[in-house]
Amino acid sequence: MSAVLASEPFLERAPLELRDAVVQLLPAPAQWLGHHLITILAVVLGFSLFFAFTTVAERKLLGRLQNRLGPNRAGVPKFSILPFHLRHKLFGLSQPFADAIKALTKEDIVPAAADKLLHFLAPVVVVAFSLMTFAVLPVGRHLVPVELDAALLYFFAAGCASELALFMAGWSSRNKYSLLAAMRALAQLISYELPLILSVVPIVLVTGTLSTVAIVQSQGVWSFGLLPHWFVFTPWGFAGFIIFLIATLAETNRSPFDLPEAESELVAGHLTEYSGFKYALFFMAEYFGMTALSGLGVTLFLGGWQAPAPFLEFIPSYLWFMGKLVGMLVFFIWIRGTLLRLRIDQLTRLSWQFLVPLALLNVGNAAFWSLTAHWSGPLNLVRWAIALALVVTPFLLLGRTLSAGFAPRTYRYAS
Amino acid sequence: MSSLHLCLLISSALFCIGLTGALARSNTILVLLGIELMLNAANINFIAFWRFGPSPAPASGVIFVLFSIAVAAAEAAVGLALIIAVYRHQKSVRLQDATCLKG
Amino acid sequence: MTVALFLIAGLMLGSAGVALLLRNLIHSALLLVASWAGVAAFYLWAGAEFVAFAQILVYVGAISMVVLFAVLLTRQGLEISRPVEPDAQWRAFSAITVGACLAAVLGSAILSTKLPAATATAPTLSVKDTGLELMNHHGAALLIVGLILTVALLGATVLAATDKPQKTEDAA
Repeated sequence: MSAVLASEPFLERAPLELRDAVVQLLPAPAQWLGHHLITILAVVLGFSLFFAFTTVAERKLLGRLQNRLGPNRAGVPKFSILPFHLRHKLFGLSQPFADAIKALTKEDIVPAAADKLLHFLAPVVVVAFSLMTFAVLPVGRHLVPVELDAALLYFFAAGCASELALFMAGWSSRNKYSLLAAMRALAQLISYELPLILSVVPIVLVTGTLSTVAIVQSQGVWSFGLLPHWFVFTPWGFAGFIIFLIATLAETNRSPFDLPEAESELVAGHLTEYSGFKYALFFMAEYFGMTALSGLGVTLFLGGWQAPAPFLEFIPSYLWFMGKLVGMLVFFIWIRGTLLRLRIDQLTRLSWQFLVPLALLNVGNAAFWSLTAHWSGPLNLVRWAIALALVVTPFLLLGRTLSAGFAPRTYRYAS
Repeated sequence: MSSLHLCLLISSALFCIGLTGALARSNTILVLLGIELMLNAANINFIAFWRFGPSPAPASGVIFVLFSIAVAAAEAAVGLALIIAVYRHQKSVRLQDATCLKG
Repeated sequence: MTVALFLIAGLMLGSAGVALLLRNLIHSALLLVASWAGVAAFYLWAGAEFVAFAQILVYVGAISMVVLFAVLLTRQGLEISRPVEPDAQWRAFSAITVGACLAAVLGSAILSTKLPAATATAPTLSVKDTGLELMNHHGAALLIVGLILTVALLGATVLAATDKPQKTEDAA
């Protein structure tokens, strides 16, 4: 490890060198513990800061999309000790810290009829498990918190506990809106878990591994020294990426799939009875979930920490990963500012009648791709044509059936 | 006492808890969950023998558990669907109330 | 190593035991989920990583959801407010007797058996090996499991679907 590391450029190994230097300061028996604690702290603090600035970015971008400014007031507090007033608004960048202080100092209201223990446990569980998913994301060439053989399975296993927390939140509040929203959210999560996992299966099929590190490494090849072999640039990978994106939007309850929090129907969904810091924890977990799933998408489809071209490799790998991650998040914010909310029947229909069959066909497509890996020359063109046809034809056919039955909805009890 | 002994004792304790629950409770859902616990106890035995057994085949225990988990999932889905179907007719999930087939 | 095993066993058995004692069904279901997670922790302890994650994914992610939905769909009033039937007490007593007897028999049988000492090295099994084993030697079984799961999915849907025709309502 260290021999490989020493040959790397300084910026690439800087975070690891820093960690080792700190660990060396500790007494020998505590070094093992310190090593792991520093890794955990780096992940938690790094992604928490990332979360804080994602919220500002989201509010500012949404503001711009809606023709307003967004938060731009919170800055550094006024220092009157100096002869001149040191004060700058910092473009509202310290807004998340002001929000955090506000959430911490707010009154924590628990309904009298609520199940106190579960009401308390739900936000804790949801944050803990959403943080756990970051453990297997390779942030840089040598920056993987935990290298697991079954990393992808771990990711989904850790993620599924958030469904349980959601149920706990909805049920323990003893509020009909909370419960209804929780059931809605669960139906949505279960429906979209299937296309999410199915969209990942082709990658596992082609690379033959569940390890995220190995998956990123298998994408580090370039044609003509310019075109990266990221999986998103193959027909099945592209289809898988689109399905993954849609399923991610739904899994993280983001617009246009934010039905569980449809404020015009369900007050604030399962968060109705939460206030203060518990509410902030749910909010945080939602963004952690979105960041983790985006990170997984970057890792699986967009080449992870790989640079897009070999001559750009002088930029350290973790910056590439973060850049791609920010790109994904900005895309999600853009979607939120653009699309309208779906209805619950459209939502489940989209998953079961469109995404799941497409994702299943995509697995077959990937199998074809890996079976014909030895084709070369003009046969390669045939390979691309067949794979493209396997993506486009079912998309057109299924899309037609999906939109065939659309008519104004008849309301059974209201007309 | 070896680790294998310990694992077997733990799994048999889990099995007995599951059995007691399945026999004692009258709610059908809890009976089903008791049965799931007994299944899990059996799975623990497979893994224990795979890990601490004399010279096992490299993956037999793991494969067995994987199949067992798949079958347990199918069982739970069908079992709970049956419970809901019975509930629709009887308006009850108590085992004592499902007496239509009684001779 | 053994301390970890005792902790895991405590979590697993404790939550399972308390779950089957409680009268609140939702609490029982959630505690049973904790117990299943304890089983997954045991698999991790024993080095069966893949099985542990599969257990979490299937039990905590899927079966728990089905159970909770079933509990909510079949609820009638509060369980706690109903009085304990004398019949139930008698049944609980006999069930505990049966369970204790079985535990005694199993425990004495295990303790009196001379089991082979643990092999020095734990068997290592990569995910790739598991997959190859599944696909090569157990291909037929894998297909049958797929069939069972499909049939179970269809069967569960048919069983749980309403058998009342809804045509008239939809037309209105």
